[in-house]
Amino acid sequence: MIALPQLSRVGWLLGSVGVGLLFILLWYGIAQARLVSPVFLPSPERAWDALVYGLTEGDLGAKTLGTVERMIYGWLLASLVGIVIGAMIGVSEAARAYVEPTLEFLRPLPASAMMPVAIAILGLTDQMVLAVIAFGALWPMLLGTVHGFAAVEPRLYQVSRALGLSRFAVIWKIALPSAMPDILSGMRVGLTIALILAVVGEMLASRPGLGQAILLAARSFQSADLYAGVILLGMIGYVSSVLLGLCEGRLLRWRQSHH
Amino acid sequence: MSAEAKRLDWRGLVIPVGFVVGAEFAARATGWESSMLASPSGIVAAFWTVLIDGTLLHATAATLATSLAGLAIGSIFGLLIGIPLGLSRTADRLMEFSIEAFRPIPAVALIPIALLVFGFGFRMEISIVAFAAFWPILILTRAAVAGVEPRLIQVARALGFGATARVWKIVLPAALPRIFVAFRLAAGIALIVAVTVEIAANPLGLGYNMILAQQTLRPELMLALLVWLGVVGWAFNHILLWSQKRLFGPAAMIRIER
Repeated sequence: MIALPQLSRVGWLLGSVGVGLLFILLWYGIAQARLVSPVFLPSPERAWDALVYGLTEGDLGAKTLGTVERMIYGWLLASLVGIVIGAMIGVSEAARAYVEPTLEFLRPLPASAMMPVAIAILGLTDQMVLAVIAFGALWPMLLGTVHGFAAVEPRLYQVSRALGLSRFAVIWKIALPSAMPDILSGMRVGLTIALILAVVGEMLASRPGLGQAILLAARSFQSADLYAGVILLGMIGYVSSVLLGLCEGRLLRWRQSHH
Repeated sequence: MSAEAKRLDWRGLVIPVGFVVGAEFAARATGWESSMLASPSGIVAAFWTVLIDGTLLHATAATLATSLAGLAIGSIFGLLIGIPLGLSRTADRLMEFSIEAFRPIPAVALIPIALLVFGFGFRMEISIVAFAAFWPILILTRAAVAGVEPRLIQVARALGFGATARVWKIVLPAALPRIFVAFRLAAGIALIVAVTVEIAANPLGLGYNMILAQQTLRPELMLALLVWLGVVGWAFNHILLWSQKRLFGPAAMIRIER
């Protein structure tokens, strides 16, 4: 093994940010030299200006909020429904035998494929977008909960029966905490799906949000606005995943103390 | 999941069969067939029509072709970048910020950019599928290569292998089972993204035919395509799972950490 230079974490972080800046410099160079037409690729400063202008003077802030709201409402709805139904299925072996094959068939179905069906029923409305987000983000949490409940140490169930715990108490005190890692990883995947479906829904149904904003920007060849919207979407994805990671750390702290 | 009880369990059929029979009865009894919903028998009839006139096969071929082309391009780039990052801890640390800054961008956000660059058609869809498939391959290949037993590499050095030979003869074969798991994951994503792009923008394939059926008020065709999409997705997943078992056996049966 070659001994790596003893740089601190901060040093590595600065180094990797520096590499990131080099990429932006490369982007700047390509845009300056017009290697790629500015119709497709604005220079980073133009994208930055469009971002700042859109957030301060324009309605980019409101649109970002619209997308974030949609994503979070749909995701919360999906989490609630997914965990409740998942717990109902997961707690009983008989229910699993009835439901699991159907779930296995539905799982690989692209959530966006439900969008035409939802449009047929609900029209091009906010409710339609919300329903599709909730439906799409539901699966990883539902399956995570079912899997987590099925994987609970059987002796824990025996102990709880010996203690005379009610079915609800078994779910709340034993099955749910021990299924928590599976549920949380399902919620993480669900959040990614929720953002994707929020964007697609806004594009299709033309609801106010970043998805609609970037599509309109592309149609009017405003590449700087388009990139500003894409940067914001990336930031939403990044921030939500970091926040969820922090919650995960808190919720699972009791587990780490065992190891 | 519960793969230990693989024999056919009739209980699994109760819900789907009950649902179809119930829907058919409800449709006959109340006549709620409308511009929104269709009866199961109407869906089967619509399915036969598109199967016989070739629309279905054509659309399925287009969707699968773009998925596979995007998957191939995304995999090549993912491997080309993932392998060096797995081999060199320094390169990995230096690239960390750039990767974490780009990765959270949802692939569908690139639809407008791809539309500007390529216009409608195969190339636009393939580029977005490639972007979506690139990340899981990159991340999991990096982990797979970094997880190769270091003594294997020491032995290769001792035998005087050059860098290329070390990668080809030692690192890749050792990491291959886990790279295939990444490939399987990316393949599922590729199909989903392809259909999503078709529904959102691109006039091509199964997704476009679904949204077209909705817009022309043919719910029986729309639902027939939805069920068919389920079958295609299920078959796609199972072919990949089966080939993973055949090719690598228990070596690939590890949990993927996400």
